[in-house]
Order: sequence, then C-alpha cells, then structure tokens
Amino acid sequence: MNATLTRADPGASSLREIADRLRGRIIDMCGGDEGGHLGGSLSVVDILSVLYFGVLRLDTQDAGHPDRDIFLLSKGHAALALYAVLAERGFLPAEELDSFGATGSRLAGHPMRAVPGVEMPTGSLGHGLALGLGFALAARLGGQPRRVFVLTGDGELQEGSCWEAAGCAAAQRSDALTAIVDANGLQLGGRVADLGAPGALADRWSAFGWSVRECDGHDQAALADALAGVPWQPGRPSVLIAHTQKGYGVGFIAGQVASHYATLSERQHGRARAALAAHIRRQS
Amino acid sequence: MSGTPGGPASRATAARHVYRDRLVTLMAADPRVVCVDTDTGLFTGTDFGPAAGRYLDLGIAEHTAMAAAAAMARAGWVPFVNTMSTFASTRALESVKINIAYNELPVRIFATHGGVAAGHLGFTHFALEDLAVMRALPGMAVVVPADASATASVVEQSAAIGGPLYVRLGRKATAPLPEGTEPAVIGQVQRLREGEDTVIVCCGPHPVLAGLEAADLLASWGVGATVLNAHTLCPFDQATLLDCAATAALVVTVEEHRTTGGLGGLVAEVLAEFAPRRVLRIGLPDVLAPGVGPQEEILKRHGLHAEGIAARVRAALESQPLAWSAS
Repeated sequence: MNATLTRADPGASSLREIADRLRGRIIDMCGGDEGGHLGGSLSVVDILSVLYFGVLRLDTQDAGHPDRDIFLLSKGHAALALYAVLAERGFLPAEELDSFGATGSRLAGHPMRAVPGVEMPTGSLGHGLALGLGFALAARLGGQPRRVFVLTGDGELQEGSCWEAAGCAAAQRSDALTAIVDANGLQLGGRVADLGAPGALADRWSAFGWSVRECDGHDQAALADALAGVPWQPGRPSVLIAHTQKGYGVGFIAGQVASHYATLSERQHGRARAALAAHIRRQS
Repeated sequence: MSGTPGGPASRATAARHVYRDRLVTLMAADPRVVCVDTDTGLFTGTDFGPAAGRYLDLGIAEHTAMAAAAAMARAGWVPFVNTMSTFASTRALESVKINIAYNELPVRIFATHGGVAAGHLGFTHFALEDLAVMRALPGMAVVVPADASATASVVEQSAAIGGPLYVRLGRKATAPLPEGTEPAVIGQVQRLREGEDTVIVCCGPHPVLAGLEAADLLASWGVGATVLNAHTLCPFDQATLLDCAATAALVVTVEEHRTTGGLGGLVAEVLAEFAPRRVLRIGLPDVLAPGVGPQEEILKRHGLHAEGIAARVRAALESQPLAWSAS
C-alpha cells in the first residue's frame, strides 16, 4: 500500500475530544441564516470520528488516491458533520466551515463533489448503498484492497432503493461493502418505528444476507472495534447498526423530533453551546 | 412497413443482438469496459471469453444498476448498462439524473424495446417518453440508431464520448437503410433524400423507413420532400436542420414517441429560436388506441406508416396554418 495512505493519527486529541469539537462546529453552522440539519448531524459524530481517525485509509494531499477507502454519506443531510470531520482531518480549512450555507459557498446543505473528500454528491435518500456497491465492485474488478463504508439513516431505510441495493450487494457477495446505520429512531415527522417497517432492523438486514452487528453509536471503542474487523464474514457485506440519539450532546434537544432541523438564534446558539459544554464536563 | 414476418428484415439481425456482439468485441479490446446487466436475458449464453469477470448481472434492480455503474465510472471503468428503455428512462430516472448525468460520468445506457417495440407485452413495456426525459438531462448524449449497422457503429463511436450516453434500441430486426447511405456519425443529421417542398425529419428505424416511403408517395403526387435521419437528438445538429429547412414551407417530424419533448419538441424549439417555420409533429398520441399487437400494427393504427405520414403532410401543405383564437 502506498505510504501516503494512512489512517489518521488523532495526535494530541483523543477521539472524544475530536467528537466534542465537531459537535461545537455543527452547532455553530446551525447559527447561520439558513440553519441546518442539527439533530441527525450530532447523532453521527462519534461514527464519523471513529471512521476518519481510526478506520479510513485516506490521503489528504491526494483526495483521489486510487487505493483510498471510500466513505459515502448516504444520509446527505448530515453534511454538517461531514464538513466538520473533513476539516478536522485536513481536507478543508477549519475557517471555511463558517461559510456553510452562505451565498457562493461550496458547503451546501447536502454534500457536493466540489468539497475535497466528498466522493459523490448525496442528499436524495436511498442512493448511497448502490453507489457503495458500485465502488466495491469496481475495486474487486481492479483487484484493489479498497473498503467502502456507507452511512445511512434509519429513516432513510424507508426508501425502497436501499433494499434493492442491499439484496444486490448480498447476491454479489460484496464483502468490501460496509453499511453503518445511524439508528437514532427519529425522522423529520416523528418516530421511525411509527412510519417505517415494523420489526427488528437487525432481522431485516440479516434476512437480506448481510452480516449484522449492533452497538452503542456513541461508544467510540465499540464502534472502532466493530469497524476495524470488517468484513466479519467473508463473502457477506457487513452492517453495523449504531444505536444513537438524535441531537446527542445538546441536552435540551437530544432525543427530540424537533432537533431535525434548526436555525439557531444567537441566544439559542449560546444555549446549545452551553449545553454541549455541560455534556463535555459530565463525560470527563 | 419493414419487419413484417417473412420479409427481408426477418432475415436480418436485430440491432440489440448486433449491439450485444459488438459489446463483447469491445470488452475484449478495452479492459476498462464493464457490462452491467439487469436480468434482461440479452446476454444469455454469451461467451465473454477472458472478459467474463466484467459481465455483472445485478438482477432486476435498475436503480441500483445505474448508481453502481456511476460509481464504477467514477473509479475509472466504462460501464455499459443494459435494460429496457422504459426502465432506464423512468423507473431508474433519479439514479440516472443524480448519479450519472449530474456527475458527467461516462456510463453508456443501452436500452432496448424503445417506443412500442414490445407491442405484444402491453403499455407497461412501452417507452414513449424516454427521449424527452433523457434529452432533458444535462450532458446526456441521446442516440437512436436507425438500423443494425448504425448500432454497431454507435458502440464503436461511444469511446469518443466523455460523458453519459443513452442509446435507444428496438426489439426485432428492421430493414437496413438504403444502400449508399452515408455512415451514421453521432451528432450529425443524415441527409437521406432531397426535395424542395417539405422537410421530413425522422428518428428511429420505423420512422426513418416510413418517412422514406412517404417521400416516394409524395413524389408521386408532385411533392418534393427532403428526408433527414436525426439519429442523434443530443448533441443536436442544428446546422443541418436549419440548412435544409431554409426554403421549406413545412417541417415535419416523425418519431416513435409522444410528440411532446422528443424529436418534435426538439425541432420545434430549434426552428422557433432560429428560423420560425410551420411544424407538423407526427408521433404517438397521449392515449393509445386499445389493444396489443405487433409493433408495425400499433404504429399503423396511429398513422405512423408511409401512407399515414404522406396523407398528413399533403393535408398540411394544402391547408392554411392553423389559426389560433382565444374565443
């Protein structure tokens, strides 16, 4: 493997500190005129921190490195979290995050390819798994060791195209493909359990031929342990159902449907930042 | 009409089979080419030789196939996706739009059963909006070869197309274009016949053959018709159309498609912008006459045959332009 392709060294910061920093930046981005998808961005922060600082082999100097691992944010509305982690990892200048949603900015509400480190634009739900399958098939054709990680929402799984791709990936024995479900249990209009298919999510994936594991999506050690070892079964794609809390880290919105989208006033922004600071104090 | 049982066309090879064979040849020559299938059956029993690993049947999953092909193209491969025209253009549309077209990726979509080629299968298998839909996507090259040799040529010419490509094919064999026809070049309208009174612009195997026959009939009535084969809707050869239409009182379009947004829409747009002319759009109506049947029969039922076209052209030439009134 090319020496420039590395897993990141978190350096002086622990993964926990990185995640805390990302949450602060996400809150800040929701203070702009247009606001942003706050709750579902906060819920994926630990997943992205573990991926970008412990799992993905990337090259910040050559975002298109042919042997890099691929990450696709299928739940593209969590773009705030992606931008924050790309900046933390060195793909973007951190100060560019201030431009989120501003006129002329490349940091849109859903990620575009103009942003270094974004592999494919996403935002219309239900495309990431099929795109990931394509990258995995391409890697197999080329004999590359590439691994592909796709982060979906649990509400997103109401899109039928997710299951079309899931079945296809299993049939193709695409074990380079790993899905991570941000199972925060909530979507724009209510509980996923009330609007989506009934029954255990793990059973559904298992029935589709995937190798399934579940963990606490805010337990970074558990996430790292699970993702480091993919594929868990040769010949099967892997799915990690990460149980998370929407709005995690900001107590007064955590677990609330209303956290889905927020345009924070100056006062609300201060309150959210204070809540995050309290959350960080409680952890330490 | 061409393609009748026992006629010359039945001894010919269907364009989709010519495409299949040329793709196999191309896969042997170019190691980047991947054949992405959707359980079409087109490749059943095909020997891909050493390229067999680059044949991927993703099952009945057109949306997935389009996205996967986009990702493969992003990774440097050249995928040829196979499905029916109706599934490519409407069922999988969002995947084609977002993943392929918006990313300007060199995915080649070869779609069979265009128009009413699946006449016996019923309307769910008709594709009468695909050209309008594909034409609306940014950067999408849209090609409808008029015969088998043009289809073979399009497979080879596709190498020069840097972005996405949609090629509409039919189902059964159709007659070749007349001997002496210049080779079809993607992006260039073919001039098949010259005449002074009207220009008949055609797209697709049956419309082109019927348009040529209609020109014969019109000639016997003393009406001279130029016949053009607009096999490439995007990028469109405006210059040839405008040149041919310069002195014509009437421009006619003939397509196996609804008259909205396809060839008729395209020609009307170009003429309205650069050289306003009276336009007669001949195609299939919003509501088809009931009953399945062979492709030729369905086309004839809706006036898409030589006699029907010639009669409508003559009537249009003899009448005054339709007056529009708000009352």
